[in-house]
Amino acid sequence: MPDRARKIRVECTVNGRPVILEAYAMARLLDVLREQAGLTGTKEGCGEGECGACSVEIDGALVNSCLVPVLQASGAAIRTIEGVANGERLAAVQQAFIAHGGAQCGICTPGMILAAVNLLSRCPEPTEDQVREGLAGNLCRCTGYIKIFQSVIAACRQSERHA
Amino acid sequence: MPRKEGREKVTGQARYVDDITFPGMIHGATVRSSAARGRILGIHFEGGIPWNEFTVVTAKDIPGKNCIALLIDDQPCLADGVVNHPEEPILLLAHPDKYLLEEARRAVRIEIEPLPAVFTIEDSLARKQLIWGEDNIFKSFLVEKGDVESAWAAADRIVEGEYQTGAQEQLYIEPQGMIAQASPAQGVTVWGSLQCPYYAHKALVVVFGLPKDRIRVVQTETGGGFGGKEEYPSMIACHAALLAWKAGKPVKIIYDRAEDMAATTKRHPSRTRHRTAVTRDGKLLAMEIDFTIDGGAYETLSPVVLSRGTIHAAGPYNCPNVRIRSRAVATNAPPHGAFRGFGAPQSVFALERHLDRVAQAIGLAPDELRRRNFIHEGQSLAVSQMVREKVDMPRLMDRAFELSGYHEKRKRFDSENTGKDIKKGIGFASFLHGAGFTGSGEEYLASEVAAQATREGRVRVFAASTEMGQGTNTIFSQIAAETLGLDPAQIEIVQPDTASVPNSGPTVASRTSMIVGKLVESAAREIQQKLIHAGFLKPGHAAEDFAGASRQYIEKFGPLKSLIKYEHPRDLHWDDEHYQGDAYGAYAWAVYVAEVSVDLRTAEVRVDDFVAVQEVGKVINPILAAGQIEGGVAQGIGFALYENVVWQEGRMINGQMTNYIMPTSMDVPPIRVFFEEVPYARGPAGAKGIGELPLDGTAPAIVNAIAHATGADVTRVPVTPEVLLEMLEGVHA
Repeated sequence: MPDRARKIRVECTVNGRPVILEAYAMARLLDVLREQAGLTGTKEGCGEGECGACSVEIDGALVNSCLVPVLQASGAAIRTIEGVANGERLAAVQQAFIAHGGAQCGICTPGMILAAVNLLSRCPEPTEDQVREGLAGNLCRCTGYIKIFQSVIAACRQSERHA
Repeated sequence: MPRKEGREKVTGQARYVDDITFPGMIHGATVRSSAARGRILGIHFEGGIPWNEFTVVTAKDIPGKNCIALLIDDQPCLADGVVNHPEEPILLLAHPDKYLLEEARRAVRIEIEPLPAVFTIEDSLARKQLIWGEDNIFKSFLVEKGDVESAWAAADRIVEGEYQTGAQEQLYIEPQGMIAQASPAQGVTVWGSLQCPYYAHKALVVVFGLPKDRIRVVQTETGGGFGGKEEYPSMIACHAALLAWKAGKPVKIIYDRAEDMAATTKRHPSRTRHRTAVTRDGKLLAMEIDFTIDGGAYETLSPVVLSRGTIHAAGPYNCPNVRIRSRAVATNAPPHGAFRGFGAPQSVFALERHLDRVAQAIGLAPDELRRRNFIHEGQSLAVSQMVREKVDMPRLMDRAFELSGYHEKRKRFDSENTGKDIKKGIGFASFLHGAGFTGSGEEYLASEVAAQATREGRVRVFAASTEMGQGTNTIFSQIAAETLGLDPAQIEIVQPDTASVPNSGPTVASRTSMIVGKLVESAAREIQQKLIHAGFLKPGHAAEDFAGASRQYIEKFGPLKSLIKYEHPRDLHWDDEHYQGDAYGAYAWAVYVAEVSVDLRTAEVRVDDFVAVQEVGKVINPILAAGQIEGGVAQGIGFALYENVVWQEGRMINGQMTNYIMPTSMDVPPIRVFFEEVPYARGPAGAKGIGELPLDGTAPAIVNAIAHATGADVTRVPVTPEVLLEMLEGVHA
């Protein structure tokens, strides 16, 4: 049982807003985001960094939030699925997942979308092989990945058109 | 039409059970057996745990009957006195602090006197220990067509073989979980991740001994099921409700991945023996099939899984003499259960692998053997079901071969493989899958669907059929909208909640689009008819007329509702005693082709290309339908190559995603999906069932390709490198 006396204050930004989180130093960022910040879009699939359902960005890097002690988030800029859309306007990747069948049960979708967004920020025009590699840390049991690849590629095309 | 709940899912707004919290809610955990079989001697609460803060539930706290009601009542809700598998729940704990709860769970010591246990099909059949009933057998079937015995003498060749398939974990990415609120005053309500609200409802009624209307089950957004959330959620629902009942507070139980993989159901391991009589020119004379599945410690759904596996065991072939004997046996493993395909992937793997070996034995091409025996309209399947629908397996095969370049590649790989470390192969499987419950199942289910129109012209559909990613919300919306000539956005699919939706049956067996979808169509049509009969709407009306007509109707007559009950087609007959007749109202038909590379240095297999051609009636939603096939093929690739449950004394010892390997984005080939569309007269808009089909043919297509590449006589899945190395030794010997 974590020692109550050792709860710490962690200052960081989440989806662009400064927040102060109070938690045990070794509490998982995943739990703190879900339970304290109320951001339940980040999912737990395995709790051991295999499935990627809990993917978030920390300072622009894609991480499994189930493996990150909240202490490490001190001073960091965190982005969760709730911070991907611009208000009511969905990001191109989100629109493409809806249009091309990239989401089925939806439980891997938040992590998958963050992985895709992160990939496209590093590599705006990925080949299919690069898409496969960029999403290799995110497991999906419903789609067989095919429509996810198609969604990501379609999102690039859409972004190009808007550029 | 894009997925109905797509926006919620891509923005993280969709609410799954673990995303939901109630005021005062506490957490629940399950203490399980430490032995595969034994007598419980004592329960000890140890460690420096403040036990007085905990809610503790044992079998003695169950107000009703201690069982999870399903087909029969052999599985206890909590073990009482004895345990029969190593993950059997014995005791439940609840506490507000989930970290302390986990410590407490580990501090409960269950003292068990071990009894000898049984872990394999062979030991169970040999009755090394009697662990269930009088013979360790949950259920057996005998299917007979023609006279097998008379055929052996006429055969040019008799080919025998034995095939095995391993357990497979459903591995939905959302682990199982439930929240319950329960008290004598308010009754019992559970919210959770599940496929079959009325299964959980039935189990809760029995465990609490309460009237049906005091029990309520609500499905929350469900992150995948694949059969894994068919029957097991009833167990968790009962556990959460028992804790809530005693604690007087809402209780949430969420399994972590390790507990989910270890304790919940998996695909039944199987062993199939074939003995086939064939003429020199490839005519099947007799098929004798012996099919056995490992059911685990309690009966649960094993008889039904066995039934489907048995009926599919002889495939889409016209063979005059068939005998299938099958049985589900008990072992001291957690009960195996529903997993997409439901027994058919096991028996179809055996058959399609075996037929390649039969072809080889008589020196015929594997496709030619199939062609000479494919079933046609007017011929009968193994259960003596006359095929009345249009079926054209040769055309499916032609198309699959053309799209995959089968013949050219088969020849080319044969000549190019020589001397190479990486050998290429191409193989296929041809198969069928029956949609809906077997035999009289749909008649007994007597499913119901309701619809109601609002004065704004919106139509609400009430059904217990659940959305778990496969597309229920979208398909039902499309069907209702199409029937009423409305935009699908005007259709609302009501959240499955036993307090408000009728029982449209479980969301299983590829039945939701075809059977329940047809009821949705009828319910929508009845609303339309009421409007037409009342004179508010004309046939062939425009979409914008509907709202006005609905408003007028409601103002004059009150609520505008319909309730439709399933009616079994009169020309479908099933003889449950002899296991003969119309097993399914409709079948999907398919030919799948897999192309593989096998690296002889590492014994690793890669699937390079996959072509899936099928006839599933009219396709209602092309993106969702292709998504079903692609996802199913990926699960089939896992079943064929990677997904290896490692057992130790009835316990899964690789219950982590780290060491139980499912396909990633790097492992799937292009999965190319094609539909032949032949409308099915009784399906909504001509559709048939689709969900389970892709699991049946994927593994045998891949394994036949491995055999083609290497010459190895592979007879079991998963073909891990270890298995393939062993099989390759046979080639060089």
